[in-house]
Amino acid sequence: MSALLQILRRDLAMLLHGGRRGGTLLPVLFFLSVAMLYPFAVGPDGPLLARTGGGVIWVAALLAAILPLDRLVAPDVEQGFFDQWALRGISEEAVIAMRVLAHWLSFGPPLMLATVPAAALVGIDGAALRTVELGLLAGTPGLAAIGVTIAALTAGLRSGAALSGLLLIPLAVPLLVFGAGALSQMHSGAGQSGLALTAAFSLVLLAIAPFAGGAALRAARE
Amino acid sequence: MQEAQLSADNLACRKGDRLLFARLSFALRPGEALQVAGTNGIGKSSLLRILAGLARPFEGTLERTGAVALLDERPALDEHRPLRQALAFWCRIDGCAPDTHTALLGIDGLAEVPVRYLSTGQRKRAAFARLIDQKAPIWLLDEPLNGLDADAVELVEELTRDHCANGGIAVIASHQPFRLDGTRVLALKDFAADEIGE
Repeated sequence: MSALLQILRRDLAMLLHGGRRGGTLLPVLFFLSVAMLYPFAVGPDGPLLARTGGGVIWVAALLAAILPLDRLVAPDVEQGFFDQWALRGISEEAVIAMRVLAHWLSFGPPLMLATVPAAALVGIDGAALRTVELGLLAGTPGLAAIGVTIAALTAGLRSGAALSGLLLIPLAVPLLVFGAGALSQMHSGAGQSGLALTAAFSLVLLAIAPFAGGAALRAARE
Repeated sequence: MQEAQLSADNLACRKGDRLLFARLSFALRPGEALQVAGTNGIGKSSLLRILAGLARPFEGTLERTGAVALLDERPALDEHRPLRQALAFWCRIDGCAPDTHTALLGIDGLAEVPVRYLSTGQRKRAAFARLIDQKAPIWLLDEPLNGLDADAVELVEELTRDHCANGGIAVIASHQPFRLDGTRVLALKDFAADEIGE
């Protein structure tokens, strides 16, 4: 158990700002720049922006989650970390579970913070902002789980970075449908069910990720 | 140190369609060392990975008692971290005292230097510090002398000798001569698949 805590500590040091795996700054800046560009592209139409802004924030969050994928698992495979952990009886599943947690901590909460200025940029109101924030809280753990699983799957591939982006998008569609869907249901008072489904899908992904990622790493070793 | 044992029975290894070696058997008791000899690509590293449990043999069984430490071309040290921190990470996992062997291995002056600035030989010395600190009874050394200078080669040979004298087991795959008294040599070409007509 203490070994896993050490691994989590290392993962966080790597992934958080100042670490050498890109940090949290790049995805957050990317996220904010999408929110900033959108009103320029659509024009100063307040009601239109307010109606579509929440969806754009969701798409931006999903795309921002792709950015750190190629550095999540591949460097540790190349440098032999996973082999050394396996020799010490630390399973790939446990390491992947820690990495999902670390990855979420490094991009979920910062993205939720950045959503506040992004909401102002696209001009959505307080109630919609609240639904977006709750949706991101429910959806980003699932995004982190998909991200780490894909990073483990593509760790040994030469063009893994481009491929992982393509793989993430279809898998993340259910999160987007339910999460962003909660926004349009909000006015009819059915927003809760969208959020609940987003959270449920996240939980399923979180349960699968360690086993899928661990199996992928072991298969790549053969 | 716990009583270690490593034995292989009728091992075979396949890479893709190629059978690298077959019908390989040996048994190592505490204090014994085995040198795996052979040309490049004959399957030395593959054998070591099988012995480590990281790869499955195509055929045959492996019996192992005791923890395994592996030293290969990848030091598993964080490139951007100072050497002391990179080693301390493994130290905390293995539960050892930090910086015990850095002076012995001549890398104590590099504690604050990020691993990415280290030379091949310095990385190898650092990887050796990690290996010793793991305190595993079975050492698997894949090309342990690569990139080392003459002093370090002697040091590594001496460390391996001490390890075996303390009841440890060592399997060494090296194309350079590795001076170790009483070691057995396993010539992999004797087990190559075409030699036995497969």
